[in-house]
Amino acid sequence: MRNLNKPVFIEWVMWFFAIQVFFVLGFILVYIFCNGLPVFSWRFFISAPSHGMTDGGILPAIIGTTWVTFFTVIFALPVGISCAIYFNEYAKDHLMTRIVRAAIKNLAGVPSIVFGLFGLAIFVVSISLGTSTLSAGLTLGLLTLPYTIVSTEEALRMVPKGQREAAYSLGATQWEVIKNIVLPQAIPEIATGVILTISRAAGETAPLLFTGATFYITGSIGYPMDEFMALPYHLYVLSTQHQYLEDVRPIAFATAATLLLFVLILNLVAIWIRHSYRK
Amino acid sequence: MRSRKAKDIICRVFIVVSAVFSASILVGILGLLVSNAARFIALEPLDDFLFGTVWRPSENQTETHYGVLPLVVSSLLVTIGSMAIAIPLGIMTAIYLAGYAPKRLRWKLKAAIELLAALPSVVVGFLGIVLVSPILTNILPIHTGLNALNGSILLSIMALPTIITLSEDALHSIPQSIREAAFAVGAKKWDTLFKIVLPAAYPGILSAIMLGMGRAVGETMTVLMATGNASAFPHGFLDSVRTITATIAIEMGEVPHGTKHYYSLYSLALILFIMTFSVNLFAEHISSKIKKFR
Repeated sequence: MRNLNKPVFIEWVMWFFAIQVFFVLGFILVYIFCNGLPVFSWRFFISAPSHGMTDGGILPAIIGTTWVTFFTVIFALPVGISCAIYFNEYAKDHLMTRIVRAAIKNLAGVPSIVFGLFGLAIFVVSISLGTSTLSAGLTLGLLTLPYTIVSTEEALRMVPKGQREAAYSLGATQWEVIKNIVLPQAIPEIATGVILTISRAAGETAPLLFTGATFYITGSIGYPMDEFMALPYHLYVLSTQHQYLEDVRPIAFATAATLLLFVLILNLVAIWIRHSYRK
Repeated sequence: MRSRKAKDIICRVFIVVSAVFSASILVGILGLLVSNAARFIALEPLDDFLFGTVWRPSENQTETHYGVLPLVVSSLLVTIGSMAIAIPLGIMTAIYLAGYAPKRLRWKLKAAIELLAALPSVVVGFLGIVLVSPILTNILPIHTGLNALNGSILLSIMALPTIITLSEDALHSIPQSIREAAFAVGAKKWDTLFKIVLPAAYPGILSAIMLGMGRAVGETMTVLMATGNASAFPHGFLDSVRTITATIAIEMGEVPHGTKHYYSLYSLALILFIMTFSVNLFAEHISSKIKKFR
């Protein structure tokens, strides 16, 4: 009896196409690292750009990205986790809840540049925060909020319902159940969500364009209310608008490699956490 | 005893306020876009805006044109191009992942897809400039490699993870009993997949494609860096194009606050918002239909 499930030709084709994912990812990583890593040095990470950005390091950009990401997280984390707790623990299933849920889900699909415009109109102009790390951080916080909410909700959902009911039956209030039973167990998954939020926030450029990212710094930067340098924006300008495009190419590669390394490490950590906790 | 209840109420209030706040952001964004776009529409005839074929809002010239057609067509061109690459590749990978991949490969492939999705859009755009563009100028008889084709290739890389993950979810959610019923009447693995599972998962896969398209249309940095940004009406994939997103990104930095040009950019953003919002809404509508069915 012949093996009816023996791989057909089309199945080899599918395998080939699926492997392309590895190829594309691997090629991108190798290409950027091969061109960028040689430029790495202590000086690169610790000093500021000099000679019209054709030399020196990217320290201000790293600091800027760190500040912006920091503001993003301290805004998105409490609001996002609260929202997720509301949806998973408190909300009853009527029309209002469904509308709010849909609104948040659709917020995730809004293009990042629209968030940039929103941040410009509200944080920079209306509230008069000006172009600053604070404005940019808050804008990115809005951008990453839906993702934080969804991933925290997933984390909360993983805690078995029976545990909550057992606690209620012993007389705990709703908040006590959440604080002492649900949240501690959901922490690894929530941590994964936070790490991925940081990774996303660090790589976003469009929202920064109008809320404070700049290329040329004269003097030192006052955080959080001044314009700042940021890694992704730095890469953008280095590769499209610089006077000596070819000369700064190696620095551009190194900036790309820095950003990529950062994002890669964060994501691998998140994947590892998820893998070891979901067993 | 009273303090426990008080704590409960305080936390409850904070949590509800957060939820309401989050939901109102979408309304806020829409309100902002509409109010600014309205100020533009008051100054410019609507059919010139929607159907005009020239976008040249430079203020130092006497003739200013605000036709969005070249921008919309550019966005659609790049998106459709990227879908042409990403849809076959994505669905095949999803099929492989859902039905054929051995366990160890499956986990690694999923991790690789996740990493691909995590690539910052600037880095992908940067690749378009330094890697894809020279390749294109070498293979094809063109002067510059920054065109719609370049943008399509890059956008397909960005949309691929979305399409793969969501399609794989759709395929996975088909109950095993259906597959087993097919095996029971003698169907082979490939046949069940192609003739039974795939048609059953069709709404979910369609939804995945729509969401991937939404992602491609809304992408800014990648197209900004790789498509050349010529705001003329595009005639083909080898033309330099400027998408809606790139236009907003470029011109917003240079335009003075409160001018007609400034408000026109918000109108562009509104069009973009409507496009992505309707695509997402449609995708959700499709996937809610299958949930009802299940």
